[in-house]
Amino acid sequence: MIVQSILHVIVLVLIVIGGALAVWFKDLISSVLALASASLLVALEFYMLQAPDVAIAEAGIGAALTTAIYVIAVRRTRRKEEE
Amino acid sequence: MNSGMSLIVRTVTRLVYGLALVFGFYVIMHGHLTPGGGFQGGAVVASAFALLLVAFGAAGIKGRLNHHLLQTLEEIGALAFLALGFVGIGTAFFYNLLANSGSLFGGPVPLGPNAGVFNAGGTLPLMNWAVGLKVMTGIAAIVIAMLIGARKEETE
Repeated sequence: MIVQSILHVIVLVLIVIGGALAVWFKDLISSVLALASASLLVALEFYMLQAPDVAIAEAGIGAALTTAIYVIAVRRTRRKEEE
Repeated sequence: MNSGMSLIVRTVTRLVYGLALVFGFYVIMHGHLTPGGGFQGGAVVASAFALLLVAFGAAGIKGRLNHHLLQTLEEIGALAFLALGFVGIGTAFFYNLLANSGSLFGGPVPLGPNAGVFNAGGTLPLMNWAVGLKVMTGIAAIVIAMLIGARKEETE
């Protein structure tokens, strides 16, 4: 039980770090990938909370499809954020 | 620049694409037994489509994935779901007419804990296929519309 609690804390801290990196990066492709990894970690957290149904939906929609749409949008506009 | 990404992305796409398709169809097919179902499996299949579209660009798949064909399939999925809902309208809307009937997906289910019977569930597996068809084609149509719109803006 204590191992599970430590794992939960690690995953939640990593989610916050991923979200903060998505805001902090100036390169927008890196920002999108940080957001995708945060989304994938959210899916892992759903799985650890015994909701595999939600985890599959989150991994499919959040980590794959929004990343694809963001990458298409970034490739057609500017890659760097303006200062 | 106008079509496709680097060689690394294309090679990984060729490796992963089939696996993602097979897993998505597995999630749809076993929707009444295991976690997941029509929406989740359709999202996984659509993410495989999106991977293909991002890696090879709209020019790389030209003629194979038609926008109008995808829209037609999406409407067929929605109508199939509604029609399956109306199958049991003699008793109630969404009444499960096929369960325990002995025909397609109408097998008997043993009492107590078991691993799950695939040939059971009545209309639920068919509804999972309808929802999966609608979700996978709908999201693929969204990604294709995004790509085509971006290309038009670039050429203008």
